[in-house]
Amino acid sequence: MFAFILQRLIQAVMVMVSVAFIAFLLFQYVGDPVLFMLGQDATQDQIDALRKDLGLDQSFLVQFGHFLWNAVQGEFGISLRQGAKVSQLIADRFPATLELALIAAGLALLLGIPMGVYAALRRGSLSSQLLMTFSLLGVSLPTFLIGILLILFFAVLLGWFPSFGRGDVVKIGWWSTGLLTAKGWQHIVLPALTLTVFQLTLIMRLVRAEMLEVLRTDYIKFARARGLSNRSIHFGHALKNTLVPVMTITGLQLGGLIAFAIITETVFQWPGMGLLFIQAVTFADVPVMAAYLCLIALIFVVINLTVDLLYFAVDPRLRVGKVGGH
Amino acid sequence: MSLLQVQNLVVEFPSRHGTLRALDEISFEIAPGEILGVVGESGAGKSLTGASIIGLLEPPGRIASGQILLEGQRIDQLNNDQMRSIRGRKIGAIFQDPLTSLNPLYSVGKQLTETIQAHLPVSDQEARQRAIGLLQDTGIPAAAERIDHYPHQFSGGMRQRVVIALALAAEPQLIVADEPTTALDVSIQAQIISLLKNICKKRGAAVMLITHDMGVIAETCDRVAVMYAGRIAEIGPVHQVINHPEHPYTVGLMASIPDMDVDRERLNQIDGAMPRLNAIPKGCAFNPRCPQVFERCQQERPNLAAVARGGQNTPTQVACWLHQANALEGV
Amino acid sequence: MSNPISRWLSSDVGYSFRQSKTAMVAAFIAFVFIFCAVFAKWIAPYDPFDAASLELMDSRLPPAWSAEGSARYLLGTDDQGRDILSALMYGTRISLVVGVSSVLLSLFVGVSLGLIAGFRGGWLDAFLMRLCDVMLSFPAILVALLIAGVGRALFPNADDSLAFGVLIISISLTGWVQYARTVRGTTLVERNKEYVQAARVTGVAPLRIMLRHVLPNVLGPVTVLATIQVASAIITEATLSFLGVGVPPTSPSLGTLIRIGNDFLFSGEWWITIFPGVTLVLIALSVNLLGDWLRDALNPRLR
Repeated sequence: MFAFILQRLIQAVMVMVSVAFIAFLLFQYVGDPVLFMLGQDATQDQIDALRKDLGLDQSFLVQFGHFLWNAVQGEFGISLRQGAKVSQLIADRFPATLELALIAAGLALLLGIPMGVYAALRRGSLSSQLLMTFSLLGVSLPTFLIGILLILFFAVLLGWFPSFGRGDVVKIGWWSTGLLTAKGWQHIVLPALTLTVFQLTLIMRLVRAEMLEVLRTDYIKFARARGLSNRSIHFGHALKNTLVPVMTITGLQLGGLIAFAIITETVFQWPGMGLLFIQAVTFADVPVMAAYLCLIALIFVVINLTVDLLYFAVDPRLRVGKVGGH
Repeated sequence: MSLLQVQNLVVEFPSRHGTLRALDEISFEIAPGEILGVVGESGAGKSLTGASIIGLLEPPGRIASGQILLEGQRIDQLNNDQMRSIRGRKIGAIFQDPLTSLNPLYSVGKQLTETIQAHLPVSDQEARQRAIGLLQDTGIPAAAERIDHYPHQFSGGMRQRVVIALALAAEPQLIVADEPTTALDVSIQAQIISLLKNICKKRGAAVMLITHDMGVIAETCDRVAVMYAGRIAEIGPVHQVINHPEHPYTVGLMASIPDMDVDRERLNQIDGAMPRLNAIPKGCAFNPRCPQVFERCQQERPNLAAVARGGQNTPTQVACWLHQANALEGV
Repeated sequence: MSNPISRWLSSDVGYSFRQSKTAMVAAFIAFVFIFCAVFAKWIAPYDPFDAASLELMDSRLPPAWSAEGSARYLLGTDDQGRDILSALMYGTRISLVVGVSSVLLSLFVGVSLGLIAGFRGGWLDAFLMRLCDVMLSFPAILVALLIAGVGRALFPNADDSLAFGVLIISISLTGWVQYARTVRGTTLVERNKEYVQAARVTGVAPLRIMLRHVLPNVLGPVTVLATIQVASAIITEATLSFLGVGVPPTSPSLGTLIRIGNDFLFSGEWWITIFPGVTLVLIALSVNLLGDWLRDALNPRLR
């Protein structure tokens, strides 16, 4: 098992280095890296000193090394647009995005899994067909449109929920949370719903497809032939076998959550990393883009690793080897 | 009284090309504790017969007419809940592939105790003891430890033993075994077949053994039914059918088994192939391939009728005009 | 007399099509949109992008059936006096062009890479598969945004066609992976078959083998993939345009129209956003439905 973890860790590091390389290329060759590091108001002396420091006259590999070293420490220079340190900007925005993403993910799982199971078990029934139609709609509605519609309905027409911003936040050390205030919760409802829809649809379809596959297997047939109750077959055998691949695929799809958070934050002016990134893209703010890229890659890699380990923990075939006998 | 009676069972599959009759008026009986072999080529309908009996016919297949009686009670028209109390408890089943018959995420013990407790009112402790006992009976060494192992930790033959243990867990009176040894190594096949025979005899369970392997039939069964194109061609005590086959199809089958003691240049075979379900010939299904065909065969379908030969306690039944003509004329 | 259409209609796939009302409705809707897109120039009542023809006096008019609307502008006008209906048709055309082009690009790249990887094997294959794994975990939007951002940084004064090019490439950058995987799988299976080995021994060019034998086998799944991807490509493009980093502002797509209308949502002028929104959803929905139906129709197990 250790060999497995080690192999995965090495792969993770390789991916990170490759991504850092791309970020490095962005940083060095798209625009002026010195400007990125010092900001627009640097003096000539500072510029020259940094030029030497960065080793811009030195070999490619050395420059990459410098970049890597800085990156590992979270140092990505200064945002072209905002004038502040990139690391600070990201640290400020990170809690907002994470809270939004976690609530959306939680909702998606909480609702998506039961809906998928239901659609699989009651296949062909009216309610299951309705669910499938809803899921098709969920896939055909772009996230930003969902956000706009929700705003139109609940904020403009009904006035129940606010349509932008995060509401009142409470700072706990370095973290700022909106979940401890009523206003905070009010503000998070519509964005979270918007973000959930796509994920929910995905999970529901996945669960349904997996469960239908599982229900067709020989071991389910054998379980039926043994006269086990529907409850043990559906919610014991079938569900467990369904959730294992679903879990891994869902973990991998968390990336989608982060991507769609960008859109959601834009529609709702939610002060998270996604909004920061969009602003960076619109203004060609390279340091921010490079930093975001590396951070996202790190999050992905960590998620993938966790999912791999989880798979290991759940599937006995990976844990224990074969014992002999005829 | 017979344990299982199948009377004029018809199984149909509605399809885009019309309704296909996969089983066309099958009738047979199984006595308590008896081992009935059901033999035939792929597609003859053997597995469908088994599936119909345990009520696990895959839609769109359905039982169109006929009856299945277990201990005199009809079971073909029961709903799923009622069928559930019969499956496992009165009729057990064994399928072909031990690799895929067991849930890979549950330990063997869990699957056993779950089955036992689904049908018998026993405590967890007792269920576990019974499970260990079953594993021991099916010849799995170190049963008390291996009960907590997972299916992938067993080899193919061992897994099939576990499957047999599972089928017998709730002490059924009839086991439907659908090609139980086809997926196993040849060297293991003999062991598993003899295990099946012994353990069922010991527990007094009848067996419907579905296979295409005549050798297995000869070793194990008391009676055998030969199926062809969804119909029974011949049914009778195993030694009679094997040594004195009556139906030309059975004759052909027996002749095509290679004999090590006889030198031959070419293997015998039956010309032609079994007809597809949407192209079953009028009259006797075998008539296009039959070396002894005559006019009546192509017009009317023959029913099963006993062929009386001297010295038989139980005469073989054959669906063939040849023998009914004989029967009418007397022996 | 059997012509291709009647032969197709009586095939298994055609039968499934006739059975499925949703597939027929979806196909009809998609056809209507494609028709409007192709013939926009001739059937649209106005040319919304001809600045000279715009009348500012007519701006922000609601749809024709409401009180202040005018029969001349069936679905109302936006803040510059552009007729929404015409803008929809032209916008649909742009959305469809971008969507279909990026899928065609992904398809070409993906199928080729899959064929090569499956046929050559070795480290090329291993590398490609690793690449696919990594790329699959990156959502299309993210990659597209990055490319768009880099494009802007590199070419701040890009002209329209370059902008379109970058957009199409950015959307297709994650799409090729699925094709590559499917085609590679089939290639691997076919490669090991004896007739392929025989052909290689007798010196038949590998390209010919791949085209003649592998390609027909993957046609089914690839078509299903492509259909579903068109829907997602259209949505991706709309999203990018909504965010302001998609099509250039001189050729507004449906996404751009939605963005323009978003500003007027609060003042109650809903039609500027809602109509493009509904159009977008209908297109995506019909294409998705077709894709779903196609997948079920081609799946041998469900027949």
